[in-house]
This record gives sequence, structure tokens and C-alpha cells, in this order.
Amino acid sequence: MGTLTIGIFSSLIGSMSFDFTMKLAEAAVNKGHKVNLWFSGNATSAAKNNQKHLKDYSTGEKPLKALLEKGVEICTCEACTSARGIQKTDAIEKIQWNAMHWYLAKIHHSDRVLHIGGE
Amino acid sequence: MAHTKLAFISQRPPYKSENPKLAITHTIAYQIVEILLDEGETVVPTLCFIGEGVLGCLKDQKAMENYGMTSTETHLKNALLVDVDVLVCKEDLERFGITEDKLLDAEDMGADKRLQIVPFESIQKEIESANHVLFF
Repeated sequence: MGTLTIGIFSSLIGSMSFDFTMKLAEAAVNKGHKVNLWFSGNATSAAKNNQKHLKDYSTGEKPLKALLEKGVEICTCEACTSARGIQKTDAIEKIQWNAMHWYLAKIHHSDRVLHIGGE
Repeated sequence: MAHTKLAFISQRPPYKSENPKLAITHTIAYQIVEILLDEGETVVPTLCFIGEGVLGCLKDQKAMENYGMTSTETHLKNALLVDVDVLVCKEDLERFGITEDKLLDAEDMGADKRLQIVPFESIQKEIESANHVLFF
């Protein structure tokens, strides 16, 4: 089995890129691959807890928690997240907070990398 | 694998989105990645500007005055200062009528590196030789 690292830069709401990333990560981990997720830019808004799932909007909290339970490592860019007014106390538990070198280190140890750009 | 070669491609105009800044800051992060790697392991980045991305290489940007934020120019000068190879697509510069004298450098910061204006063919070779390519 391989290691897949996905960098996601799209916002939780506004495109379906984030939703796609959640489904792709789930499919990979269900096949037995190791998966790492890096949030940067507008994707960091997905680290916020207590998201309300309105049917008109895609949702991140539930799939993120499921991925964490399956052993997916998820890390959000601390600077990008804090700049958006989200503090660690407001964030989904078990999501790591770190800087961009975390992403590069995971890339270094990955068999495949998917970099899903922002808006 | 001891060395991982990464090609960061910045293809969007500065300030319209966050992407160009993130391309540069993610590239610069190679400087401290070794604290998370084993001894002897390194990440070697190349930062390439293509398409509208080349607009981020102009000098005398006024981002602090106009937006109250660090300019793409400053981020890029920091990249040169930490010895990142920065390639700028020659054909795209010509398309925008940008001559070399309009491009930034980081001489005032003491950087040894300068922007490298190269044909797209050279950037394509960087992409092909990289272990991973990251489009911003």
C-alpha cells in the first residue's frame, strides 16, 4: 500500500473541490493506503468545529471526523487558520496545527501527491 | 529517497487570489523541512512563474501601501535570499511586454540568486525532472 498526500486550498463552501477531496481521501484509506491531508488558504475554514450542515451547502466536519477516526493525518496551516479568526479552541479535535514544512515533509515521504488548488 | 525535488508552479496574477503568495511561502518552507526529516533527507524546490504568474515578478509593488499586506515582491525576494532557484517564463514576459529591467531582484538584501528568465522549454524540463509538481 502507498502513501498519498493531498494538499487542499479550496474553501469548504464555494466549490465542490473540498467535497471531492473528502471522498477521494476516504476511498484511498478504505483501500488501505496511508493518507495525509494538508489545509492551506481558504481550506483552513474547514477546521472550524460546530459546522451546521444545511442541505444547500457542502459540509466538512462529519467527513473530517470520520477520516481522523480512520487514521488519516490532517493538518491545517496555523497562520492561514488564525488569519481567518479560527482559534485552536474553536477547531475540530485531533486536527494538527503546523506550518508549511509539515506539508513538504509529508510530500517527501509520499508515493503520490495531489495538490488541489484554491480559487 | 534522500532528496525530493519539487516544482512549484505559480500561474496566477498576484493579489487576485492568495495562490501566488502561497506558492512562494510553501517554497520557502523547504528551509526548515529538515527538522521533520531524517538525517540526509532534503527537499529541493524550484519555483517557476508562467502565464499571468509572471506579473508577480515585477519590482516596485505597492501592496503595503494599497492593501496593508506584504507584497509578492517581498516574498519573492525572501525566496531569492534563501537560495531558491526562481525561473520566469521568457515567452510569457514577452507576451506582457515586460522587459528584464522591470523585474525585481534581491541585491539590496544580499541575495546571491537572481530571477532566471528562461524559455518555457526549460520550465517543462524542471517539471519533468521533479518528483512532484505543485500548481498554484
